[in-house]
Amino acid sequence: MSPRHPSPPGHPALVRPRVLPVGAHALLVEVDSTAAVQALHAEILRRRDAGHLPGVTEIVPAARTVLLDGLDTPAALARDLPTWTIPPVTPADGPLIEVPVRYDGADLAAVAEHWGVSSVAEAHAAIEYRVAFCGFAPGFGYLTGLPARYHVPRLATPRTVVPAGAVAVAGEYTGVYPRPSPGGWLLIGRTDAVLWDPSREPAALFAPGVRVRFVPVAP
Amino acid sequence: MIEVARPGARNPAMEVVRPGALTSVQDLGRGGLAHLGVPRSGALDEPAHRLANRLAGNPPAAATLETTLTGVALRARVDTVVVVTGAPAPVRVDGQPAAWGAAVRVPAGALLDVGTATHGVRSYLAFAGGIDVPPVLGSRATDLLSGLGPARLSAGDVLPLGTPTGCPSFVDSAPTPAPPEVLVLRLVLGPRHGWFTGAADALRQARYTVSPASNRIAVRTDGPPLTRATDRELPSEGVVLGAVQVPADGRPMIFLADHPTTGGYPVVGVVPAPDLAAAAQARPGTPVRFIPS
Repeated sequence: MSPRHPSPPGHPALVRPRVLPVGAHALLVEVDSTAAVQALHAEILRRRDAGHLPGVTEIVPAARTVLLDGLDTPAALARDLPTWTIPPVTPADGPLIEVPVRYDGADLAAVAEHWGVSSVAEAHAAIEYRVAFCGFAPGFGYLTGLPARYHVPRLATPRTVVPAGAVAVAGEYTGVYPRPSPGGWLLIGRTDAVLWDPSREPAALFAPGVRVRFVPVAP
Repeated sequence: MIEVARPGARNPAMEVVRPGALTSVQDLGRGGLAHLGVPRSGALDEPAHRLANRLAGNPPAAATLETTLTGVALRARVDTVVVVTGAPAPVRVDGQPAAWGAAVRVPAGALLDVGTATHGVRSYLAFAGGIDVPPVLGSRATDLLSGLGPARLSAGDVLPLGTPTGCPSFVDSAPTPAPPEVLVLRLVLGPRHGWFTGAADALRQARYTVSPASNRIAVRTDGPPLTRATDRELPSEGVVLGAVQVPADGRPMIFLADHPTTGGYPVVGVVPAPDLAAAAQARPGTPVRFIPS
């Protein structure tokens, strides 16, 4: 385990991954920022596609980590990984998806007040996001790109039911509920886009690495 | 239950007469999709699932039924062969005792009844040809966390059977490990054992029992809480099968096949996959001992 060496701001190229053991066949690789996770994840996918990660079955990015499972030789990879040169992800990398949104969510006024803006629609749709990782439910993507001043706390009491297609924000993330579920994020709109369809290829509209723009449409 | 005529009703199938406490369709799961938030799912006692398929002449990935404590009863719509493995339970065909852990012929129209497990939790029923419900993302497994795959069985459900591809083995019996009196679990420390005070010693010395709140997602435990060495918040991170996550109450939970793909509580260690079949067969109240390394 190496000591923490946070990358200086503005130099995302200096990704210094720390490798943590996870059982006999997995490794958890930890970095300091969402941008570093995206760079690390992209590098891991490149090396997998080149056949350099024998056995790997799962590559799971999250907020500050990427998990690799099913590895044939995790100890060798754990030694090798801190020496990798990991180039930063450039903004244009990854497919771009446009998602139409009616900005009429139940928490629109509260979010407008938090953000100090007159139009949440305009502010939210002006940003290009990236799917950092999925979790919570199949096809639920955590999208990054919101500036720090737009980070809002989640609801103290989660709603018992949030409808499918609800567009929401919480913390550093925005996202879309792929199906009806409980939820504690603040609701700002809804979309007719189908986020998750297991009979479709790909099943998930928002896979890690995908870039997303929200396009306001009339309610 | 009203019998509804449906297309294909005369195709090879089993009709659910008594679903039991919780019976689901299981196979080897839908691995490889954790990055999309899709749990792996699949049979909790995978060796028992594989054995049932082998004796039934099926490939390992054929879908079986996984029962929970109280078994299941089904009426055959075709001559078939069944093998029951996993938790030992009385097997009856039209009321006549039949073999557990071996291939049993079930004639068309007969009632197959797998009773309450004498010990253990989960029995597996493999039918020649396998359960042939439509696969979702490459698997027929019921995922109770995210709702993928077929719903848990209800009375009146009709389960299609596939075409047998091999020959059942009509052996006398097959060796199966007995469900555990004490659940002894090896545990490889990490990735977050440093978040707890003396994790290895605490886990080695503590006496836990299997909690009644256990399910297909996790074996939960009752016992002394682990003490956190830090009150930092952990950003959600990917978790593996067998991960021992320690939630806010400090009591370790061992993730099984329907576990979430990411978790926001620290994982103190990982139980190797070969030990998880016993974990899935341990009844509530069973003592649990960890052997950390």
